[in-house]
Amino acid sequence: MDARLEAYLAALRAAGLDPSREAELRREAATAPAGHGLSEAPPSPVFTEGLDVIRRVTGPYDLADLTFVQAMTPSPGSYAARLGSLDDLMARDSRREEDGFPRKIRIGKLVKPGRGGKDRVVVVPTTVEEKFLHDPNFRQQEEGGGGAGGSGEGEEGEVIGEQPVRPKEGEGGGQGAGKGEGGSHELESDAYDLGKILTEQFSLPNLQDKGKKRSLTRYTYDLTDRHRGFGQLLDKKATLRQIVETNIALGRVRQAEPPDPTGFLIAPRDKVYRILSREKDFESQALVFFLRDYSGSMSGKPTEVVVSQHVMIYSWILYQYGGQVESRFILHDTEAKEVPDFYTYYNSRVAGGTKVASAFRLVNGIVQKENLARDFNIYVFHGTDGDDWDSEGKELLPELETMMGYASRIGVTIAENSYGNSGQSEVQKYLEKSGWLEQKKNLIRLDVMSENAEEPRIIEGIKHLISE
Amino acid sequence: MQLIDQHAKRIMEGCKERARDAGLRFDDETLEYVVTNRDLIELSPKVMIPTMYDYWVHDVEVLKGRGRYELYPSNPYETVINTRPAISYYNDNNPDWLNVMIFYHVLGHIDFFQNNLYFRHTWDDDFTGQALADKRAIARLRSEHGRWVDYVIEFARSVDNLVDFHGLLSDLHRPPRNGVSTRVDYYFDVFLQDVKKVRVNDYVKEIERFNACRRRDPEAGEDAFFKEVAARHPEFAALFEKSAGKPGRQHRDVMQFLLEHSRFLAAEENKWMQTVLQIVRQTSLYFQPQIRTKIMNEGWASYWHETLFMQDDRIAGHEVDFARVNAAVTAMPRVGLNPYALGMRLFYFIEEAADKGRYSREFLSLLDIDRRKRFDTAVGGGRETIFAVRENLNDFLFINTFIEQDFVTRHKLFVADKVLDEQRMVWRWFVKSRKAEDYKRMIKDSLYHPPHITVDVAKTGGDALHLVHHFEGMPLVQEYVQNTMLGLEFLWGGKVVLETTEVKSVKQPEKAQQPTLPGIAAPVVDQAPEPEITWQRVRYTMKDRKLSKGLI
Repeated sequence: MDARLEAYLAALRAAGLDPSREAELRREAATAPAGHGLSEAPPSPVFTEGLDVIRRVTGPYDLADLTFVQAMTPSPGSYAARLGSLDDLMARDSRREEDGFPRKIRIGKLVKPGRGGKDRVVVVPTTVEEKFLHDPNFRQQEEGGGGAGGSGEGEEGEVIGEQPVRPKEGEGGGQGAGKGEGGSHELESDAYDLGKILTEQFSLPNLQDKGKKRSLTRYTYDLTDRHRGFGQLLDKKATLRQIVETNIALGRVRQAEPPDPTGFLIAPRDKVYRILSREKDFESQALVFFLRDYSGSMSGKPTEVVVSQHVMIYSWILYQYGGQVESRFILHDTEAKEVPDFYTYYNSRVAGGTKVASAFRLVNGIVQKENLARDFNIYVFHGTDGDDWDSEGKELLPELETMMGYASRIGVTIAENSYGNSGQSEVQKYLEKSGWLEQKKNLIRLDVMSENAEEPRIIEGIKHLISE
Repeated sequence: MQLIDQHAKRIMEGCKERARDAGLRFDDETLEYVVTNRDLIELSPKVMIPTMYDYWVHDVEVLKGRGRYELYPSNPYETVINTRPAISYYNDNNPDWLNVMIFYHVLGHIDFFQNNLYFRHTWDDDFTGQALADKRAIARLRSEHGRWVDYVIEFARSVDNLVDFHGLLSDLHRPPRNGVSTRVDYYFDVFLQDVKKVRVNDYVKEIERFNACRRRDPEAGEDAFFKEVAARHPEFAALFEKSAGKPGRQHRDVMQFLLEHSRFLAAEENKWMQTVLQIVRQTSLYFQPQIRTKIMNEGWASYWHETLFMQDDRIAGHEVDFARVNAAVTAMPRVGLNPYALGMRLFYFIEEAADKGRYSREFLSLLDIDRRKRFDTAVGGGRETIFAVRENLNDFLFINTFIEQDFVTRHKLFVADKVLDEQRMVWRWFVKSRKAEDYKRMIKDSLYHPPHITVDVAKTGGDALHLVHHFEGMPLVQEYVQNTMLGLEFLWGGKVVLETTEVKSVKQPEKAQQPTLPGIAAPVVDQAPEPEITWQRVRYTMKDRKLSKGLI
């Protein structure tokens, strides 16, 4: 094991550590040597020799002539090819709300094979048509449930094949967060679309500066610019002046005589209009810190949930505030480091132990060193599975207190591991114990969800984290 | 989208002649189109019907993860469209020999569409033409009522699986009424069963007495019968009077009920909504038989493309190519279900069994396995039998009637199940059972089966629409209830109530710890015991767009 981790564990033990808890921590620490890096693809499971590898299990209605007999590839086509525009769809959705019906557009994610064997995440609007249907999953168990058909050799009870639980990318499904694929610029352009959809979803009160209630909107639109030929509002005085100028140039105005307007020639370009134009509004700036726990315990779904949520917040901010908001990205296990872009943040692999305080300390350090609190509204979003080696939050709570001195909002998301007890994670316990969630509701929010949370739940979570 | 060229069309016509000679029956005219991937993008959301009405959901990715077949009883990538003339779609670069195989497959489907009795209601219409008229009607309504048309489509589609397809068929196949009055219907169907709740024994006795009266006097027998009824149940006449004009006691067709009895839809300004509901209902009914005959239909088409291709003199030299493609289509998967393979094998099996006289009392009473294997009375008639099967059965009856142990054993079929290996994150598939009964059950459980929901007419009465979900061991998808009922409330124009059954609690059984023994190679899986489930009956109420739930 890493010497640093060993030392940290020794310190914890000295402070009195329950042996079963220590075993847990050691197990997590054992993942450290793998390092964080950006992995190429998730490791596929090692299959038992002699058994069939089952890639796909079809039901009676999965196959159709065109795709199966004629082997035509169904190309879903990008939604952009089908839709008139995303705006129309969003407009329709907000219209629904006015008409008193719930919204129907949801965010779906697809993993699409991209160039060079690298897949990328594509965000598409999706919907579902609800009907009265039988629910085949009511037993709430992960068994096959009724099973499937099969043919060939094998005794009753004999294992005949294995199927990976998480399909590899390209075999459908999967989101691929924290798994190291995708190109950064591609994510960026999709994020813009996603943000557009999310903005509609939220209809939020904009993030506001503490106390002063300054808007973060980057641009204001105003009839300040003048334009010749066309525009919204005719500027009569300027137009008249222009006409006179033109007619002087044409020699139609004699100096000695009073001008005769009826004899004026009026060119279309003489008309001067006020035109709606975008004005930069430098009123306020904001800075968002994204913090992600990438320790060993975050492996799999918790990372997906946290990263999905951060993708959404990031996308939304990117869209809503048109780039005026700066983002900083921080990853931590027992130590924290800042990474340069969302791509690295999104894709770094999980490994190692957990010390939440390290990330918050780093943020405090950055803010102090760069004197950011003076110029920026600062927002901090932290995602974790709730596990912390510092079980009492002894190190974290002072850091948080410092942070609340300058931050406009701190949003902590816990994606609970399914093997733990719900509501029993360290982070949740010590945050609740501190009482800040109640007393300083405006400054710090906590959202706890299961690692299996789906998009609608994640969006609910964001609403909770950033609402007034 | 364009028609196939003359060369390919000639091949198709040749296939038709050979298929007719083999006994298939279908209309002379067919239309064949070449489709590109670009066409598919537009066609697949409209389930390959180019004239389907426009609806914005068609343009969005639709989430189908949960219960997708139940949600959409139609396949977006079908090759043959059941319409007059039948339309089929082809990849534009198929070699001739492959087209021959596909043409035979297509002719198998067309024969099935035009002869299977579950498609009876589609025989008289040109569905694509009908769809075009519907599309225009909806476009016209949209220009008048704007987005409200889309709301009505949405709400109508949310109940389009609650149509009484079997009732429709039953009406089509019912012999004309044989002089039985509504009074007799009411007495036997409603009065005795619902009002008096008599025992089966007494019920049968009444029928016998009725028949006796009629035999004695065909003319006045009925009156004589009811004289005694009046003496025994003086209230009968009044009740019968009251029942006149009231709809039957149970309506299986929720959409039809809305059309006939919703006061909201009957209002002058909302009449146009009925048109939309009609269109959605007709479209749904059109697709109903397809999903209920998937295994048979694909099996039948595969049986014929294989049989006819092998006899076709035009494809000499491409036997190996054919074998490769055909094997890919009709091989039984190690795990999973392929309707092409299963249906085809079952048709071959039925044909052979009928040829050998195995659908006889003599064979059924035979227990000796060797003699069963050798049993052959050479009665013949296998072909006629499978033709009769394709005419009269649907998937459920096909599977339920003909899957037997001999079939399961011959094709080495089994029910597979999986357990999770959490360490390695793989599902381990194992052979669960090789019994025909279990295999049959597994297939039947995977067949399309919308929930059985009826309108309780007695409770519906005044203002609230009262729906009853007849529980069949599976609850409804809870998260869909809210929006579905919201739509129903809109269409009904008042409160909507749904009685259904839900899981009260699930008790997961303790997993037996299995000690791992070193040196044992064959990994054998214990079947996980079923969790214990307790059920409760609940009542959902949707009023003023608010959903509430209570125990019954």
